[in-house]
Amino acid sequence: MHVIKTADHSTAAAAFIANGDRVRWHDSAIWFARTKRDRASHGVPEWETLRELASKIKLHTMSRLDEYLEQFEANATRLGAHVHWARDAAEHNTIVAGILNQHGVRRVVKSKSMLTEECGLNPHLESQGIEVTDTDLGEWIVQLRNEPPSHIVTPAIHIRKEEVGELFHEKLGTDAGATDAQYLAEAARRHLRAKFLAAEAGITGVNFAIADTGGFVVCTNEGNADLGVSLPKIHIACMGIEKLVPRATDLGVFQRLLARSATGQPITTYTSHFHGPRPGGELHIVLVDNRRSEMLGAGDFRRTLNCIRCGACFNTCPVYRRSGGFSYGATFGGPIGSIIFSAREPRQHKSLPFACSLCASCSDVCPVKIDLHHQIFISRRQLANLGLVSFSKRLGLRVVAAVLARPWLYRFAGSTARLALRISPRWPIYNRFNIWGRQRDLPPPPRRTFRELYAARKKTPPLPYREG
Amino acid sequence: MPSSKDHILQLLRRNRPAAAELPMVAHAWTTFADPHAKFAEVLELVGGRAIRAKSVDDLNQHLSQLPQYAVAKKVVSLVPSVGTNNVDLSTIDSPHGTAVVDVAILPGEFAVAENAAVWVTDRQVPFRVLYFLCQHLILVVPADQIVDHMHAAYERLMQTGGQPQGSKDGRQRNDFSEPVFGAFISGPSKTADIEQTLVIGAHGPRSLVVCFLDPTS
Amino acid sequence: MRGDWAYNQAMRVGLFIPCYVDQFYPQVGLATVDVLEHFGVEVEFPEEQTCCGQPMANAGLHMETKPLAERFLRIFAPYDYVVCPSGSCVSMVRHHYEQILGHTAELDRVGLRTFELCEFLTDVLKVDRVTGAYPHRVGLHQSCHGLRELRLAANSELVGPEFNKPRQLLELLDGIELTQLTRTDECCGFGGLFAVTEEAVSCMMGRDRVNDHERAGTEVLTGVDMSCLMHLDGIIRRENKRIRIQHIAEILAAAIVKN
Repeated sequence: MHVIKTADHSTAAAAFIANGDRVRWHDSAIWFARTKRDRASHGVPEWETLRELASKIKLHTMSRLDEYLEQFEANATRLGAHVHWARDAAEHNTIVAGILNQHGVRRVVKSKSMLTEECGLNPHLESQGIEVTDTDLGEWIVQLRNEPPSHIVTPAIHIRKEEVGELFHEKLGTDAGATDAQYLAEAARRHLRAKFLAAEAGITGVNFAIADTGGFVVCTNEGNADLGVSLPKIHIACMGIEKLVPRATDLGVFQRLLARSATGQPITTYTSHFHGPRPGGELHIVLVDNRRSEMLGAGDFRRTLNCIRCGACFNTCPVYRRSGGFSYGATFGGPIGSIIFSAREPRQHKSLPFACSLCASCSDVCPVKIDLHHQIFISRRQLANLGLVSFSKRLGLRVVAAVLARPWLYRFAGSTARLALRISPRWPIYNRFNIWGRQRDLPPPPRRTFRELYAARKKTPPLPYREG
Repeated sequence: MPSSKDHILQLLRRNRPAAAELPMVAHAWTTFADPHAKFAEVLELVGGRAIRAKSVDDLNQHLSQLPQYAVAKKVVSLVPSVGTNNVDLSTIDSPHGTAVVDVAILPGEFAVAENAAVWVTDRQVPFRVLYFLCQHLILVVPADQIVDHMHAAYERLMQTGGQPQGSKDGRQRNDFSEPVFGAFISGPSKTADIEQTLVIGAHGPRSLVVCFLDPTS
Repeated sequence: MRGDWAYNQAMRVGLFIPCYVDQFYPQVGLATVDVLEHFGVEVEFPEEQTCCGQPMANAGLHMETKPLAERFLRIFAPYDYVVCPSGSCVSMVRHHYEQILGHTAELDRVGLRTFELCEFLTDVLKVDRVTGAYPHRVGLHQSCHGLRELRLAANSELVGPEFNKPRQLLELLDGIELTQLTRTDECCGFGGLFAVTEEAVSCMMGRDRVNDHERAGTEVLTGVDMSCLMHLDGIIRRENKRIRIQHIAEILAAAIVKN
């Protein structure tokens, strides 16, 4: 396994950054996605109106989620789909495995679904002797490498073409040293076509489910979801319960936002609407809670249920771009993952809300207006309240707070510190405990503070301004 | 123990936040003076090509000049009088049998100018996989069937009475009232999963040509 | 020479100098006073002020922040306006005190009257002309809290009309040349405690910003937040780059007040 398992983001980030060429490449590759998003969104004059509408539609949906789920189930059932309900990951996996086993299915193709990642579906099915092939090219690459995805939209964004070439050479027998994306993708096409044709069932995620029609929408660029569920007779669609929209006409808003935010495309190549099974086929929809209902009750973090998994917050995040998806050690990272997973498992993911400079760029790219950076700010408070902010940090800041609450102590501490910095030689200051000073100089300490100079200036006005 | 459905619904009801209004989706959305031109421009950006034909003959003339059509061995056409069909779909009983198709000429119901998407369904197509499994796809869309943006597209799909189904039970009908598969297709299949290098022809069609056919023809 | 802005004398303005500016960058505080006085504002500096509490709040220690926030509101309650040469500290008061203290009438009153220096000049004093020159190639660092919380400028993420208050002020100066960056408003990586807890990421972000300015030919690097500039300056000095750091108040004071 290549996976870096760690509870501490900053350690993993430092390791990622230690490889200078790679981190620079990773940062600029993902920044490119951000610039494509900018170009696409700036081409839509009503962009901010769309974001506002999308946010309101989602907030409304969440305020009546129980009703919309029942409406969806009724409509989907009327159209001939089987609707299943799963409380958690284990129940979801059991349901999916049950359907497959009932039909004696041994080969499954699956299109991208962060929900099935969250639930750990692949290992569960594999443990029952069912072969699962992830058919999104990026997902397939990481599957062949025995890795999880590092990004929710572009799962193999951390892998260089040379590495794909080596992987395909080893696994598919392509030419050694091949790096041409066209050639490599063609090899994957040949290979995966055989998988599509041999599959006995197809699994997809769901981008949107529509309460007033009972249908759902799956978006891909490769066409892999459609191939995966249009050849075999069985289609299993797995969705988190937050994927609902009330009306089909709401999709106009979301479709205009989703692909532009994700990849800068005006729409995904294939935006497929499934209403009922195809003639002679079987359609199963698995509705999964897995702690989403809990999030609905957590006032501060409820808005994370707005998320449409476009990945824009990943692409814009200056920390994600420079630390990579695995540094978060969660199903997915980035701003949205940091909030969701630290709220769910605070002990395990306590470093994630601190993997953020609070730059707020995520909140402004988010197409459904999740106030991501505010939620990260609040996440830190939750962790502090749970006693999960490190002792040294807490103690240090308590001392600072006590000093700052007393002007005399503040003045005394400040002048002592500045004096120490001024008269000390360099080596005692720049030691291994001075993390600031590893790569940065400290500001040269002035002799007098502003308040001292200001008081002096008031006595002898006017003090002409001198630069420097 | 309650069923999982009841359990989840119970939790959702317990945690239900304060009511929030469902907004009307209405705005002076951007429209285009020449939607066909916008469509063609965007389709080119996403790797496809748009053609305008005055008549079926004109369209067949265009087809004969497409290299992918000229070299195709197996052609399926489900658009009357357009192209030369040489695959008898009635002899194929599984969608897998269509894997040999080089070019598929299939109907598109309407087009969307802002993103070069064409709405297709499986209503007139025996195997929906044809849209995705063929090597090259040609969609024929009546030239007057074009909307500016996705809002108009969904309104069109949800408008009552305008679509082929008859009302059996007095319910309001729309495009999704009966089991149906429908998709917006915008450009050929593509991937950028290898270092964000765009590759056209990922798993699905390697090319897409959208032909607008004048309705008078 | 004082400008003809005497009508501004009627307002009572409290000067809020962030703790680290007081301790490490007194000249930025003095420049702020000079600029405000130039535009006819008599400022008062309440001696008992220390810190807005942002370092504790950002670490999640809201209980420890509360007394500092309450102190702040009490100290600055008497003023018509509170002006501060830091977007980040102003944003703390205007946007985050509510999460610490809840919604109070006092917060409403003081919060809404607390301004970052540039927005106070452009929005309250309506400064639209100055006499002064600054013949240098200046790179503007758009600090995040000023940009995305106070909305001092249009940021690259949002779709809407262009505006930029700090830039608008700088462009009033004769001879100034503003440099063009590749990434116009990416974070510098300071982020308070983040600079230490995520040292590797923080320093890479800072270096990337410095390199962008170096490529653009920036000679003087400026911004509305000395904290970001302190972090960038730390990298610049460690790597012996030929870029000088000046807070925007220092540039305005040098160009306008000296004139």
